[in-house]
Amino acid sequence: MSRKEQTPAQISTFTMMMIFIVLAISFAAIILAIQAYSVYENQFAAAYLTFIGILGIALSLYTIMQVRRRLARLKIETPPVITTIECKKCGFKSVREFQRGDYVFKEVEPCRKCNENMIITAIYREFKEKRKETTSF
Amino acid sequence: MMMLQGLLFELPGGGDVFSQILTILIYAFLFISLFYGQKIQMHLMLKEIEGSLYRLKYIRDEGRRIAIETIKEVGKPQKDPTTMVDRFLEYFTIQPEDMDPAGIVWKLEHILDVRDARFKDEVKLLAPEADDVQINNLENTLEAAMALNYIYKVIRHYYLLGKKTLSLYIIMQIQMILPLVMREAEAYASALKAFAYGQPIGDGIGPLVAAKLMHGYPVRKVAKDCVVAEVPIEGRIAYVIKAEGPGGNVGKPGDAVKAVIEENEGKIASIIMIDAALKLEGEEVGEVSEGVGAAIGGPGVDKFKIEETILKYRIPINAVIIKEDIGDAVSPMRKEIFDSADKAIERIKQVILEKTKEGDKIIIVGVGNTIGIGQ
Ligand SMILES: [Zn+2]
Repeated sequence: MSRKEQTPAQISTFTMMMIFIVLAISFAAIILAIQAYSVYENQFAAAYLTFIGILGIALSLYTIMQVRRRLARLKIETPPVITTIECKKCGFKSVREFQRGDYVFKEVEPCRKCNENMIITAIYREFKEKRKETTSF
Repeated sequence: MMMLQGLLFELPGGGDVFSQILTILIYAFLFISLFYGQKIQMHLMLKEIEGSLYRLKYIRDEGRRIAIETIKEVGKPQKDPTTMVDRFLEYFTIQPEDMDPAGIVWKLEHILDVRDARFKDEVKLLAPEADDVQINNLENTLEAAMALNYIYKVIRHYYLLGKKTLSLYIIMQIQMILPLVMREAEAYASALKAFAYGQPIGDGIGPLVAAKLMHGYPVRKVAKDCVVAEVPIEGRIAYVIKAEGPGGNVGKPGDAVKAVIEENEGKIASIIMIDAALKLEGEEVGEVSEGVGAAIGGPGVDKFKIEETILKYRIPINAVIIKEDIGDAVSPMRKEIFDSADKAIERIKQVILEKTKEGDKIIIVGVGNTIGIGQ
């Protein structure tokens, strides 16, 4: 079981250290910027340092987001698979979740209406597009 | 003069301490990237590969775990199957020598037969309580786990080799194909789950079309793991062939087609093959298109046999394919693909009407893995 917890932790130690260093430098840069502006009245340096600070913070936030996304990606997702059962005689249709042993054209329990054996006519998974690609091709 | 000197030697940002430190930092950064840029890039690449390698390892371990659990659940073995599964995951198959390629198809077929028989025996030992359908499914599950194990090991090999040699060429090579490798691994992971549960996969669209055509007609066995039914379609007699379901297996459509043609002494007006085909990015999933030629993948043995036989009797061959991507092909069948079966049947009827006369005999082959699809 420890394997599961181990994997994300190992990804993040190095990254976390880097993020921490970059964040520290960025904050230092911003403090220096304020100092440069108020004490030394050097606007140019202040602008420089502010830029560096903001860039550093933005980069670390981006990296944190990326790591979080990677961790979310680690799971293997299982989409729901749906089995459709139909009665050939009266057209009665029922839909349920897939069960082990189901297969297309398998005869299953008798129909609730006419006691004729029903068959599985479809097994498929509903696929939901995460986001629609917007290309004009 | 003083002003020029000031402009030249004064570091940008004025003369105060902070901006000077900053400038030095910028210069340092410049030199570091000049001299160590490639090294840094290489380490970044290695990091990226490492990340993917963790994911591959996770996928492989999950696959192994699911395989073992399924064996325990379905096969009810007396002792723990873990060690046997681990041994199974390391199995390999050696391709026949192709220096003198004449007759290589039969050598390859023989080796694949041996492999298949060996796998079946092994799975029977692993899962003594499983029936034939479950044994086929377990075999497929283990094969997917094997593929995942192999992918992980190969990527790990190149990662470690790259780290050891620090050769940009090795590292870049693996980093460039990594997105495709990861897609394939994800596909195998979802395939493994589908196999473990016995769910139909996207590749099963060929057998599904055949099953829809032959459903309700008497079915007999032909060749190994294949079934055929005589179905009247549009006034013609169609011999519909598919792998025997619902266990996971692709059968030997090559032998089946050959057997049916020989039963009819070559008097077959046309052959129509239905198969799933890899789509290009941008194409719709479940798109049906048609063409000519033997639509069948795999190691090539069946394709070779079909082409040999139709050449002997000069039988025209048509193909109807359903487009899907690698992920769709091995994961549980998407609704779009399932729905395309009816479109494919329409296409087949159209081809029959255009290319054959009433009373003709034709062969329709649904190619693919028939897991989760009966007949
Ligand atoms: Zn009914």
